[in-house]
Amino acid sequence: MSPVLGAALDRVDGRAKVTGAARYSGELNLPNLAHAVLVGARVPSGRIIGIDCRQASVADGVLTVLTHLDLPRVAARPKLFPSLFGLTAHGQSFFPMQDDVVHYAGQPVAMVVADTVERAEHAATLVQVNYAETPSVTLLDQGRDQTYEPAKIFGGLLPGRNPTRGDPEAGLRDAAVRLDVTYRFAANHQNPIEPSTTTAVWDDLDRLTLHDATQGPTATQLSVAELLGLPPTMVRVVSHYVGGSFGAKALIWAHPTLAALAARRVGRPVRLVLSREQMFHSCGHREEQEQRIGLGADRDGRLGALRHDKTSLTSHYDDWAETSLEAPAVMYAAATYAGGYRLARGNTITPTFTRGPGAATGMFALESAMDELAYEIGVDPLELRLRNHTDVDPSTGNPWSSKGLRECYQRGAELFGWSGRDPRPGARRDGDWLVGTGMASAAYPVAAPMNPQRARARMYADGSAVVEAGISEFGTGALTAMTQVAADGLGLPFDRVRFVGGTTDLPNIAAAVGSAGSGATSSAVHLASTGLRDQLVGQAVADARSPLHNADPAGIVVRDGRMCLRDSPQTGETYVELLRRNHMPDVEALGVWQPTPPDGGGHGMFTFGAQFAEVAVDADLGLVRVRRLVGVFAPGRVLNRRTAHSQLMGGMLWGLGQALLEATRMDPHTGRWANASLADYLVPVNADVPDITIDTIEVPDSVVNPLGVKGVGEIGIVGTSAAIANAVHHATGRRIRHLPITVEDLL
Amino acid sequence: MRPVSYSRVADVATAIGTVAADPDSTFLAGGTTEVDLQRIHVARSKRLVDINDLPLRQVEELPGGGVRIGAVARMSDVAQALPVRRRFPMVSEALLLGASPQLRNMASIGGNLMQRTRCGYFRDVAAPCNKREPGTGCAAMTGVNRGHAVLGTSEYCIATHPSDLAVALVALDAVVLTQGPAGHRQIPADDFYPMPGETPDREHPVAHGELVVAVEIPPLPMASTSNYLKVRDRESYEFALASAAVAVSLDAGVVTDVRLALGGVATKPWRARRAESVLVGAPATVESFRAAADAELADAVSHGMNAYKIELGRRTIVRALRTVTGDARMVSDDGNPP
Amino acid sequence: MRIDCVVNGEPRRADDVWAGESLLHVLRERLGLPGAKNACEQGECGSCTVYLDGKPVCACLVPAGQARGREVVTVEGLGDGDLHPVQRAFIAAGAVQCGFCTPGLIVAVHDLLARTPSPAEEEIREALAGNLCRCTGYEKILTAVRLAAGREHES
Repeated sequence: MSPVLGAALDRVDGRAKVTGAARYSGELNLPNLAHAVLVGARVPSGRIIGIDCRQASVADGVLTVLTHLDLPRVAARPKLFPSLFGLTAHGQSFFPMQDDVVHYAGQPVAMVVADTVERAEHAATLVQVNYAETPSVTLLDQGRDQTYEPAKIFGGLLPGRNPTRGDPEAGLRDAAVRLDVTYRFAANHQNPIEPSTTTAVWDDLDRLTLHDATQGPTATQLSVAELLGLPPTMVRVVSHYVGGSFGAKALIWAHPTLAALAARRVGRPVRLVLSREQMFHSCGHREEQEQRIGLGADRDGRLGALRHDKTSLTSHYDDWAETSLEAPAVMYAAATYAGGYRLARGNTITPTFTRGPGAATGMFALESAMDELAYEIGVDPLELRLRNHTDVDPSTGNPWSSKGLRECYQRGAELFGWSGRDPRPGARRDGDWLVGTGMASAAYPVAAPMNPQRARARMYADGSAVVEAGISEFGTGALTAMTQVAADGLGLPFDRVRFVGGTTDLPNIAAAVGSAGSGATSSAVHLASTGLRDQLVGQAVADARSPLHNADPAGIVVRDGRMCLRDSPQTGETYVELLRRNHMPDVEALGVWQPTPPDGGGHGMFTFGAQFAEVAVDADLGLVRVRRLVGVFAPGRVLNRRTAHSQLMGGMLWGLGQALLEATRMDPHTGRWANASLADYLVPVNADVPDITIDTIEVPDSVVNPLGVKGVGEIGIVGTSAAIANAVHHATGRRIRHLPITVEDLL
Repeated sequence: MRPVSYSRVADVATAIGTVAADPDSTFLAGGTTEVDLQRIHVARSKRLVDINDLPLRQVEELPGGGVRIGAVARMSDVAQALPVRRRFPMVSEALLLGASPQLRNMASIGGNLMQRTRCGYFRDVAAPCNKREPGTGCAAMTGVNRGHAVLGTSEYCIATHPSDLAVALVALDAVVLTQGPAGHRQIPADDFYPMPGETPDREHPVAHGELVVAVEIPPLPMASTSNYLKVRDRESYEFALASAAVAVSLDAGVVTDVRLALGGVATKPWRARRAESVLVGAPATVESFRAAADAELADAVSHGMNAYKIELGRRTIVRALRTVTGDARMVSDDGNPP
Repeated sequence: MRIDCVVNGEPRRADDVWAGESLLHVLRERLGLPGAKNACEQGECGSCTVYLDGKPVCACLVPAGQARGREVVTVEGLGDGDLHPVQRAFIAAGAVQCGFCTPGLIVAVHDLLARTPSPAEEEIREALAGNLCRCTGYEKILTAVRLAAGREHES
C-alpha cells in the first residue's frame, strides 16, 4: 500500500464548503421552480372527517392543494426494508394521503404548492382539517400491557428473539452474584443540520430527476420509482452534497415521492424542504425504550449468564426495533445467553436508524450493568472486562475477522491514566465539583450489503484518472477517502485522481448506512482501480514496444503513474507513454465487489473500542460537565486519518449528548413531540466540548472486505454514554439508570 | 401570502402614532422574538413598524451612579458597556448568559423585556393555551412542563418568563420608561410583570402604541460586586432552569442589605423578598442562606416534571449567595476582575 | 417592496420582496447566494449567520426590510479572490464535514478573530455557542480557530 492510503489529507470538498459554493439539494435555482409545503396531522390518532382547502386554494401564488382526496394513489404499498441491501428502502410500510386514517401526529394530510415558499407556507396554515380523534398510545407506558414478541424485526431480516445459548435461567439461578437491572432511554432525533429536502423535475419525456438529500441515491431512485409505478430507468437521482444525516436520510420517506407527485401535478419543478419541526415526525427517530439486563457471575466476575430484553414502541404497521441486542450478545464470554425484543404498537411513525443504531442503547445497558457488577464484587471495571474478554464470537464459536479490543483497552487506559484509580465513589472533590471517572467497551457490527458493489475507473491519455461510484457525500469524508483509495490502487499521485459520486448514472453502490459505506465503496473503488492498473500493466507486458514487454506482471509495481519492475525500477514506462504510443484516448475498468456473506464466511465481524470519561458533578446544582473523553477504536484500516478521527470524535460527542442532553419528549395528551425545535431539543454546543483524545488501533482484517475497512461512523457513539454514566456514579455514588441524565436526577 | 407591511420610522412620535393608529401593527426592533413568533403563527401583526433607527441606542451614566439604557440598544453592546460592567456586573452577566452571540447582536433591550414565554404550548398554535388564547386552558399543567414555573403560578398558567436581563433589573429596582399616546410613564420593573392570575394573556402594562424607550437602573453601590448565576443543562445557549441575580452588602459578616431575584422558576422575574427579609441582619452563613431559600420557596407549587425546580431554586439561591459573599470580587476601574 | 442594499461589497437590488420575507430568503432565493444556510428558521442553529452592518446576525430572523440601505457580508464575500485565512484554517484543521453549518461558523469565527485576534479558550467556546454542528464534535473547529489565530502550536 502506498502512503496515500490512510494519510490525513485535506478534504477534496473543503474549498466548496468553506466558500459557500457547494450546492445542496434545495439550492438549485431552476426556472419556474415551485415550492411544496406539507400540512401535518394535528392529532395522533383518528380519521379526517373534513378537509377544507378553499381558502388555501385561492391564496396568492397557490398552484394546487393536494389531500388524500385527490393525491394519486401510489403504485405499490411501500415495505420497510433497510437501505444497506441495495433494494427499495422505504422507511415505513405506510404512505400518507392515501386515505383518511391518521396513524401519528405530523403525518402529512395535505400538501400545498405555490410559486414561492413563503406563499406556500402561508397557504398551508389556511388548510382546515377536522378530525374524529380516537384514543392514542404515544408513550411506552401506555402500551406496556399490550406488548408482543415480534416474529421478525428490522424489515423481516432479524428474528424477534436472539438464539439462546445454553440455559441462561439456570446460569442466573446458580450464579454467585446476580444483577437484574432495567435501563430506560428517551426517544432521540437525529437532527442533521440540513433538513430533508427534495427538488423534483420532470422533463418533457416524462423522466424524473430528483435532487434529494439522501444517504443512498439508488435507494431513493428505486423506492420512488416503485411508488410511482415507473421503471428505474425513468428516475434519476442527484445527491452531491448532503448536510448531515445520522440516519434521518438513511431510508426513504414520503417526501421525495410527494415532491415528484406535486411537480407532476403543477407541471413545474418543485422543491420540498421539511421544516425543523417536521423533521421530528417525518424521518423516524430512535424509539423510546427500556432494556432489562440480567447478569450472573462468579465471585471473580466471570459471566455465566446474560439475559437482555428490550421493550419499545413501534408503529401500527411495522415491527421495528433498533437492534440493541446484537453487540451486547457477543461482547463477553458469557456461557449462557438469552435475549429478545418486545414491542408495543403506538401512534408513531416507524422509528428508524439513529447514529449507532441499536448499539448506542444496548451497549449503554450492558456496560452500565458491567460497572454495577464491578462495584458489586469489588473488581476494577477494566479488569472485569478483561476477565470476560472473548477471543471467539460467543454466539457461534467462530473466530473474529479481527478484534484489537485488548489493545484498545490498553492504549485507552494509558492515554486516560486509568491505572491507580481510586474506586471509591465520591472520593474526589474539586471545589463544588465531585470528580469521577468511568469506562466502557464499545462494539458495533460490521455490516455489508448483499448486492454487488460497483465503481468505474477511467484513465485518460495524460495520465489523470476519474473514478466514479453512485454515493453521496453527507459529511463522512467519502469523496476524499475514495480519492485516496483510487490513487493507491492506480499508483497515481492523489492530485491526479478525481473521485466523482452523487448520481444514479454512476455505478451502483448501496446506501452508506450502518458504517458500511466506506467498506463497500472502498472495495469497489479498490477493485476498479487495481483492475485498471492490472489492465494497463497487462497491456504493457504484451506490447513489444514497451520496456516491460514479456515481464512478469506480478513483478511490476506502479508509482506516480510509472510502471516498473520491482526489482529493477529503472526498467519501466509511464501510463502516459503506453497510452500515447498506442493512440488510446482513455482506458476504463469496472470494479465489482461481491460482499462477504452476512456471517463473514465463518467469522464474527464487529468493530471494537474502549471509552473512558472523566466528569465533574456539581452535587448541589445537579450539573454534570464532562471534562475528558478518551476513545480508542479498532476500525480495521483507516482510509484517511483526519476524516476518520473527525467521524469518531463527532460520534463521541453524540454519546455525550445521549448521556446528558438529548431527549425528545412526548406529550401523551396532545400526542405530539413537545420539544420539536433546536432550542428545546438540546444537542451539545461548542461550549460543552470536553478535552477529547482519539486513537485508532489498525488491526489487519482480510475477511470483511478487500481493504479491511470496518467503518468509523457509528462506533464513536457506542459506549460513550455508559462511560459517562459510570463516571457520574464514581463521582457521586449515584447510579442513574436512564438517559439522558439531567439536573433533576442528581439534586 | 399573509398580508404584512413593513415601514421604518425615524422618530419616537411617528413610531407611536403609526402603531397607535393601527390595532394590527406592532413595533419591530431586533426581531428575534417577533419574527420567530410570526413564523410559527403565534404573532399575527400585519404591520411591522421598524424602530431601529430611533435615537434610543445610548447607554448613559446617570448622576449618582445609575445607568440609563436606551430601548433599542443591543444586548451585546449593553453587556460590554463600561458603566454597566462596572456598576452592575449582574446585568452584564445576565445579558452574556442569554441567547447566542448572533442573537445578542440583534436583540434589543426593550424587546428583551417584552419577549414572550418559551412554553412549548404557547408556541404550538394547535395546543390549548390561556396566554395565547384566553379560555382555552393550559396544556402545560399536565404536559411536558420540565421547564415551567413553581412560583407565581395560577391554575391558568405556569409558563416561565424567559428573560435573564429582567431578573437582574427586578433585583436592582430598575424602572421601565415608556412613551405613548397618553404621555410618559415610569413603571418599576417588578410591576412591569404581573402575575398570570386569571389573565395570563396580560403580560405587561404597556398599552398598544406605547413604546418602551429606556430602562433606568438606580444607583446601588453594592451592585458593583453583584452576580448572576444561571443553571442550565448545557454549558451555553439555553434558557435557565433556574437563575439568581444577587447583590449583598456585608458589615462584619452580617448582611446589611441584599437584592435577590430569581429566573427560570417563576412566572415572572421573581424578586425574592421573603429571602431578602430573612437575610437582612443575619450572618452571611450557609445556614442563613438556606433559611432564606426555604422561606422563598415555601409556597412553591409544582406540576409533575418540574418538581425538581423547588429544590433547584433553593440551591441556586444558596450558591449565588455563597458566591457573591464568599469570593466577592474586587472590580477594577475598567470593569475587569483584576 | 424593493430592497437595495450592499452585499459583499456590491450594490444589489431585489424587487417585489414580501415584507414577511427574511434577509436569508432574499440572499438565497433572490440574490443567488445560498452560502448562508436555512436549517431552523428560528435563530437556533446559526447556520444562516451573516454580517449585517458589521455584526454577525441570524439572517433568518432579519426581516428583509431591515436590510434596506445596509451592508451585508456572507460567506461568499469573505475571501478576497483567494481563501480567507479562516477558510484555509477550516480546511487544514479538518473542521469541515457535511458543510451545512460551515458557512455560518466561518462568519462567526471571522468576526471573533476580527474583534479578538488571540481569543482565550473560553472566549472561543462562547463566541461559537450559537453555531450548532452535528458532525465534527466541535474540537476540530476549535483547532481551526487556533490555527487561524496563529496559535496552531496549542492545538
